[in-house]
Amino acid sequence: MNDRIIGRIKRVNGPVIEVMGITDAAMFELVRVGEENLVGELIKLETDSAVVQVYEDTTGIAPYDPVYGAAMQLSVELGPGMIGTIYDGIQRPLEAIRATSDIYIKRGVAVPSLDRSKRWHFVPVVKPQDRLSGGAILGTVQETQRIVHKILVPPGDAGVLESIVPEGDYTVEDPIGALKTDDGQRKELFLMHRWPIRLQRPTRKRLPMDIPLVTGQRVIDALFPVAKGGTVSIPGGFGTGKTMTQQAVAKWCDADLIVYIGCGERGNEITDVLTEFPKLIDPRTGRSLMERTILIANTSNMPVSAREASIYTGITMAEYFRDQGYHVAVMADSTSRWAEALRELSGRMEEMPAEEGFPAYLPTRIAEFYERAGSMETLGGAPGSVTIIGAVSPPGGDFSEPVTQHTKRFIRCFWALDRHLANARHYPAISWLDSYSEYLNDVAPWWEQRAGSEWVADRIEIMDLLQREVRLQQVVKLVGPDALPDTQRFVLEVCTLFKNAFLQQNAYDKIDAFSVVEKQAKMIHIIATYWRRGSEIIKRGATLIELRKVKVYQDIIKMKFSIPNDDLSGLDKIEARLERSMDQLEALHA
Amino acid sequence: MPEIRDRRLLAGREYIGADKIDGPLIFVSKTHPVGYRELIECVDKQGHVRLGIVLESSTSVVVAQVFEGTTGLTLPDTRVRFSGEPPTISVSKEMLGRMFNGLGLPIDGGPPPRGDIDLDVNGMAINPTSRQYPRDFIQTGISVIDGMNTLIRGQKLPIFSGNGLPHNELAAQIARQARIRGTATEFAVVFAAMGVKHDVAQFFIRSFEESGVLENVALFLSLADDPSIERLITPRTALTLAEHLAFNEDMHVLVIMTDMTNYCESLREISTIRGEIPSRKGYPGYLYSDLAELYERSGMIKGHKGSITSLPILTMPNDDISHPIPDLSGYITEGQIVFEREMDGRGIYPPVAGLPSLSRLMKDGIGEGMTREDHPHLASQLFAAYSYVKDVRNLASVIGEEELTPLDHNYLEFGKAFEQKFVSQRKDENRTIEQTLDMGWEVLRSLPVEELHRITEEEIEKYYGA
Repeated sequence: MNDRIIGRIKRVNGPVIEVMGITDAAMFELVRVGEENLVGELIKLETDSAVVQVYEDTTGIAPYDPVYGAAMQLSVELGPGMIGTIYDGIQRPLEAIRATSDIYIKRGVAVPSLDRSKRWHFVPVVKPQDRLSGGAILGTVQETQRIVHKILVPPGDAGVLESIVPEGDYTVEDPIGALKTDDGQRKELFLMHRWPIRLQRPTRKRLPMDIPLVTGQRVIDALFPVAKGGTVSIPGGFGTGKTMTQQAVAKWCDADLIVYIGCGERGNEITDVLTEFPKLIDPRTGRSLMERTILIANTSNMPVSAREASIYTGITMAEYFRDQGYHVAVMADSTSRWAEALRELSGRMEEMPAEEGFPAYLPTRIAEFYERAGSMETLGGAPGSVTIIGAVSPPGGDFSEPVTQHTKRFIRCFWALDRHLANARHYPAISWLDSYSEYLNDVAPWWEQRAGSEWVADRIEIMDLLQREVRLQQVVKLVGPDALPDTQRFVLEVCTLFKNAFLQQNAYDKIDAFSVVEKQAKMIHIIATYWRRGSEIIKRGATLIELRKVKVYQDIIKMKFSIPNDDLSGLDKIEARLERSMDQLEALHA
Repeated sequence: MPEIRDRRLLAGREYIGADKIDGPLIFVSKTHPVGYRELIECVDKQGHVRLGIVLESSTSVVVAQVFEGTTGLTLPDTRVRFSGEPPTISVSKEMLGRMFNGLGLPIDGGPPPRGDIDLDVNGMAINPTSRQYPRDFIQTGISVIDGMNTLIRGQKLPIFSGNGLPHNELAAQIARQARIRGTATEFAVVFAAMGVKHDVAQFFIRSFEESGVLENVALFLSLADDPSIERLITPRTALTLAEHLAFNEDMHVLVIMTDMTNYCESLREISTIRGEIPSRKGYPGYLYSDLAELYERSGMIKGHKGSITSLPILTMPNDDISHPIPDLSGYITEGQIVFEREMDGRGIYPPVAGLPSLSRLMKDGIGEGMTREDHPHLASQLFAAYSYVKDVRNLASVIGEEELTPLDHNYLEFGKAFEQKFVSQRKDENRTIEQTLDMGWEVLRSLPVEELHRITEEEIEKYYGA
């Protein structure tokens, strides 16, 4: 290690280290600690001392041990080779670490983030003397079957292209050209570049968010849609299915790329993703889901400070692919663990706590994170987006705690998970009463274009019924359902049908795991039609039993399992039969 | 700055006199550079050695916690030795059948066992890419677990109980009956007791003895009258042995840790003495990470035959599941078995609450080829129906049972049968998975067939009609 010594250790307290005798060091500089070269980051600077947080276990680190400065900020390597890889919180490739250090993660392992030996087939799209600025595309690498990796001029650099290599195979360290910058310097270009994780990557401007991120999950797409570039929070107590929901979205949503951050969660959940994703086939492209996924795993037993960094590592990678013109979805599971890491580090630095021991800057950090989402016009001019879906694990399932509350201020879509639904094994357990989406009006035109003009009216009608059901249920709790007239009991009946036939979705069923928007719109329409016609007929004197006994009722309940996504004609048949049965009933009570 | 930089030369240096003793913490100043988490030996006036660990090290003072307590230590006469190494335990297969204290020293009167390998008790984080996703069904012989909250080999499934509830009986019954179907594998039980009463420890020992498995059990006991600080290292020592048995000796290990609540209390005690900023209810902000360090040590590893299945027991203070200890545990473990006092009051054993209990790994370990093809849908239907029973009971308590619809009466009947036939069983009753599932179908017959939304027609024909 030829880094310079910037100071020596004064005090060790878990992952937080005080350094004395600081000569020259920069805020957020990447440092190495002790003879084992543990990775750390400088987070507080005083005249002659500093505080460093170490991203590895500090057992054995002692006072007077040297601290080396790397003269750069904690950064990630961005280039071909990231997709399908699993990294820890500071972008160390876990598969490569396994090859060097057996089943456990040993300390001080230095493995480069991107494979240095692998050659990538690079096709240039620029020629010498071209004037290029940051974010311009130099050429492409076909990284996986479905992702063309666009090699960019690092943001901030600009100038005239001096040279560029011909089409051929290069490693990430081979120079592929050089740029003569405006101030006369020569800058070499590579397939990869570095970017500090705490710094948002620049873009030209923000674009309106009017295209939904289609997740294939009916309760999300139809009731609480999120736009591409939007921000979502999924809060829920343990066992309510946060991870299940995140995984379902990661599997089936129509983003080009998924960055899945397992932040302070279970090791086996990451293993589950690792074993399952390669086997799953994306219905849109017919390719394995792993070909569009980057995993970041900092499980709960891995060092807490790296957990703090993992969120930034993930979002920086997502921004990099956005800059290539892709739509990226970031799953952060769970932001509460990240906030707790902040709390732990803050406590060890003896900072004054605000609510529940969290530092006073918690809301600022949450805001900074979610503001890195957005639908953007990239420096290269193409549209791209980063959608953030962050899980929150409120202690005791109590949404009034600081992390949930502060998060709510900075997101625009809220999928509240409900303990009662989860207990009844109603999945996804997204509450239709507590959840909301501010993107609804933005994406409604898209829906109407894709799925027909009835969609808005059908959706409003059903949401209204669900609200009415709550009030009726309160009456039922006092006097029993028999006391209600059939017109009102029919509301309960339709709501139960809607919950069973539409809202509940079986993530393990081949057909039901995911529904295309056209299917969703038709299903809502069928149920809304049953309600509209049925309530008219009841007013004419039909009984609830008669309405429930129509044969098509069983087909409606099973339509989510029986009608495949690629052939929706079955739904038209069900609708026609429903209309016919209703006509007959109407005739009976004319 | 000291001249000597080589730690090996400095290790073992002894300092006479401490600066301050506060509870289990000892402060020593003017030492050589001492590493974070180094093992220390404190020798009192009588020459008795107590072990401890460095919690904080700086140029001016070293703070260490003494596991055996600081009672009787004096400032001038205490001698402190720094070992230069983190605390390790020498482990081997010979430790099975023996009894140790929380630090791994034998307390059964026998000689210290021969150790094969010295391991850091804190362990290391398992690389997620080395893990193998657990999916082997363990038959515990207990219907409510096998049928509804299936235990999988390599899972961490805690029992959330309350004072006076039969969690010890259930844990002992699981340890006695747990089998992987169709295989005779080498198995071991590692038992860690933290702050439990002597008679509880005796109960477990007797129970292991009666079932003839005692020679496959290693016990680590830090009982209620032992220094509370020892509880912090007890589970780590026990898990270190478990890791050795599982991943070096290819054994299937069941780790029972009781009572996690006492462990957390000790952690809070230390944290308070150190003047750390508390989070909820005075527990330190790192309680989650600390618990994760213990729970995450279970699992299966690719290329290794052994496994660690852990069954931590915790008593929920005041039966409150939202208390930080069960709450944070639930966020780490792969499900939970929750006890309900009301069911216990009605004489139902095991008093496992149907709805809040959950096994996260169940989905991949049941069904055709693993248990039986009807298992997933049957379990889902039982959950759904039982959830409705709870609603009906609430309604009945307001409007009276007579006012209920005939269908709701069916549900009440189902609820009763479910609790008394399916959930309830004898403490020595060992049901096969087939018996469990058949019992599930039997109780479902209280309901009309139209109510079984989650079951396919073929299953209804094959099992419900029978």
